[in-house]
Amino acid sequence: MTVFLILIVIILFSIALWQMSKIYKLSQPVKKEGEVSEVANNKDNRINAKLMLMFLVFLYFLMGYCFWNYSTFYPPGASDHAGLYDNLFFITLGVIMFVQLITQVLIHWFSYKYHGKKGRKAVFYADNDKLEFVWTIIPVIVLSGLIIYGLFTWSDIMNFEKSDDALVVELYAQRFNWKARYAGEDRTLGNANVRFIEGINTVGIDPSDDDGMDDVITQELHLPVGRQVIFKLRSQDVLHSAYMPHFRAQMNVVPGMITQFSFIPTVTTEDIRETDYMKEKMRTINKIRTEKSKELLASGQAQLDDYDNFDYYLLCNKICGQSHYNMQMKIVVETEEEFQEWIKGQKTFRQTIAQQQ
Amino acid sequence: MSAHVPALDHGHDDHAHHHKQTFISKYIFSTDHKMISRQYLITGLLMGIVGIAMSLLFRLQLAWPGEKFAIFELLLGKWAPDGVMDPSIYLSLVTIHGTIMVFFVLTAGLSGTFSNLLIPLQIGARDMASGFLNMISYWLFFVSSVIMLSSLFVESGPAAAGWTIYPPLSALPESIPAAGMGMTLWLVSLAIFIASSLMGSLNYIVTVINLRTKGMSMTRLPLTIWALFVTAIIGVVSFPVLLSAALLLIMDRSFGTSFFLSDIYIGGEVLHNSGGSPVLFEHLFWFLGHPEVYIVLLPALGITSEVIATNSRKPIFGYRAMVASILAIAFLSTIVWGHHMFVSGMNPFLGSVFTFTTLLIAIPSAVKAFNYITTLWKGNLQFNPAMLFSIGLVSTFITGGITGIILGDSTLDINVHDTYFVVAHFHLVMGIVGLYGLFAGVYHWFPKIFEGKMMNKNLGYLHFWVTVIGSYVIFFPMHFIGMAGLPRRYYSNTAFPYFDDLADVNMLITVAALVTGAVQLVFLYNFIHSMFYGKIAAKNPWRSNTLEWTTEHKHIHGNWEGAIPHVYRWPYDYSKLNDDEDDYVIAGQDYTPQNVPLQENEEEMNH
Repeated sequence: MTVFLILIVIILFSIALWQMSKIYKLSQPVKKEGEVSEVANNKDNRINAKLMLMFLVFLYFLMGYCFWNYSTFYPPGASDHAGLYDNLFFITLGVIMFVQLITQVLIHWFSYKYHGKKGRKAVFYADNDKLEFVWTIIPVIVLSGLIIYGLFTWSDIMNFEKSDDALVVELYAQRFNWKARYAGEDRTLGNANVRFIEGINTVGIDPSDDDGMDDVITQELHLPVGRQVIFKLRSQDVLHSAYMPHFRAQMNVVPGMITQFSFIPTVTTEDIRETDYMKEKMRTINKIRTEKSKELLASGQAQLDDYDNFDYYLLCNKICGQSHYNMQMKIVVETEEEFQEWIKGQKTFRQTIAQQQ
Repeated sequence: MSAHVPALDHGHDDHAHHHKQTFISKYIFSTDHKMISRQYLITGLLMGIVGIAMSLLFRLQLAWPGEKFAIFELLLGKWAPDGVMDPSIYLSLVTIHGTIMVFFVLTAGLSGTFSNLLIPLQIGARDMASGFLNMISYWLFFVSSVIMLSSLFVESGPAAAGWTIYPPLSALPESIPAAGMGMTLWLVSLAIFIASSLMGSLNYIVTVINLRTKGMSMTRLPLTIWALFVTAIIGVVSFPVLLSAALLLIMDRSFGTSFFLSDIYIGGEVLHNSGGSPVLFEHLFWFLGHPEVYIVLLPALGITSEVIATNSRKPIFGYRAMVASILAIAFLSTIVWGHHMFVSGMNPFLGSVFTFTTLLIAIPSAVKAFNYITTLWKGNLQFNPAMLFSIGLVSTFITGGITGIILGDSTLDINVHDTYFVVAHFHLVMGIVGLYGLFAGVYHWFPKIFEGKMMNKNLGYLHFWVTVIGSYVIFFPMHFIGMAGLPRRYYSNTAFPYFDDLADVNMLITVAALVTGAVQLVFLYNFIHSMFYGKIAAKNPWRSNTLEWTTEHKHIHGNWEGAIPHVYRWPYDYSKLNDDEDDYVIAGQDYTPQNVPLQENEEEMNH
């Protein structure tokens, strides 16, 4: 009912505005017949020309502001290929910003300089094949360079060689959390399929496969620094995506398929927490959170949780349902010793089954 | 009314047809291309209002996550208990926003309107090849819009798997309730939409090939027609593949097949499906999905070519290069679809192939941008609102297009795929460019659509300047939160404390979106008011060369009272000087319409 009344008010208000504008129009002095003023005249052209120039200043200001203030959002790299990635990214960004800065100036400067005015004659300049050739061949050369560089990097990252000490980990995606399955002592992941899911066997390891008995399933991902990790990605239900921005890693997790991705983590959690970048970031974030908590308390709501320490994270990056926005897993990069100690403390699949019986 | 008649009847070339019209046959079931174009425009604008309103709603949620808003309660009802938006309706809003804007506003609203309006008028034809088919194509579009809107009121919610509707999420109602009836209605609506689009496209292609007036060779066609013609060809090639994807999805949903499904455990049980792959759906979807963005883009670029040339009072620079670019873009657009799938799990070798083809497509796009800039150089620029939007379009096309070079590089896509970086890119290069093309076309051809009336230019200026500033403030900062690793389609970013410092940027974006959204009301007011009370203009208010401006204001079947004009030159003889170079070809007039024969004192340039 309220909605209905509000709608009526809005409609009547709009009618009132409309009538007022009609009255205003009728009260205007009668214009001469045929004096159509809806085509731009000299004054319009002059004003808009100036606005074009001002817009150019605004655009440069906006771009500068964003680069100046928001570049810090770019996550620090923590994997072997992060350096390659970042190089390619910044070179490409440099090239495109160069093009952007020049073309925007030309567009808006020309608009200002050649604004319409009485007596100005436009130049009949219909084509120039040489010019077309020049600005075709230059992008071809520049883009070819970028493509070749990009393809070498892509090949490096995707067609990886399996190193002798590679750690094979299955990332198992289900709505709405992640599980990590380590291959255990035998360095081989047991076969698994959703058809084996039953009770305690939440990721569907084939109970008849010996390789799977020593697999270790955890809710946190621990990675030893400096050692290649090969992720085998499996989904229980719908499409998900394993996104680990600090490691420059992303790969969809597809039900019915096992996808893979590999990198070598190069910065431990402890080390990255100590970097100036991360310290500054945590300061900023904690300031924001303290303010927000104050507001919440004041309005009678619960405070925000503490966020004392940075942890790497894995987040889901392919729409998967209602809680897609909160499907994450903590990632800890640590020394080999710390890693071994941690994994020894985790239960194997054999132990898990035994415990149930 | 079709444009060809059997030999028994008198030929149509020499005069228009007159017959009695009822209200129904004139306004509702019209076969006249001009009325159909109006129908497309109005329907497209109405759908646009819904689409943009949705975006403002979810932007409110993103800027102030979990907050109460009265507008949520008012518009979302049970989906916003206590005024706080529910996560599932968030996903529905982004899904339907995308669907409506891409298909209903920027494909039907842009192509449908301007192909219908301009093709017969600019090529010199009485009407489309089949007026009947044209009418059916509009009514199918209308039905599809109604079905899409009806899905908003379904109890389990409208489709919520993203506008890309990847299975298994879109195939299994167990995964989200919205994958039930809401998704079914979405698929039905799209199937009908595809039929409508194909009918329209076939009509446009046949008309351009067969019904050009005497002297209108292909190389004398305005660039708008080239763009609309090639757009129609791309549509015919790619939309059927989306239909196939939709049909296979319907079969997986309702008939137990496993095209896209395999090895799924959901809702406490293993599904029977085996052997299918979601990646197949992705291939089929994006085989349309990529050409689709060029189906949006090319008409906007075609409109811009026309508006910039007319308002610069000089030819569009590099006509042949522009045509070649349109053809190159059309061809290349069919072989780049995999760049949406770099991290889909497909063979990395394919990633390399698609990176290569994608970076190729940057080249004709760059050539077009450079040609537009050169057209402005040494012009006599008339800043009508349409011209402002066209210039804004070139600026936005470059800003949005260049980030495509990052996204098209498979390596770089690894860290920005499905983040706000992508969202910023496609909104600038497709959304805003498409919208500016629509606005430029409406401001410029308003007198042709509404029988001589003009839109108010001051309101147009206000609309343009606030929109162009607002759009940049919305989408330029968005690149940076994308680079920060912020995923798209997240209901809220508060689950990750690491993203807390991005909240300010999200607020800035939302505020800019609200302002920009509000100023579109100025356009709507101008549009509606001018439709009834707009000042009547001269026959050719923009002093343009193309044939549509040789018709009278009043819409008549057959467009020209007498014979259809014959064409003697290309449409870009603006500011062409005569042989003595002391005045224009027609003395004192800086334009030479296409239907003006070669003058005595004029150099023949074989245009």
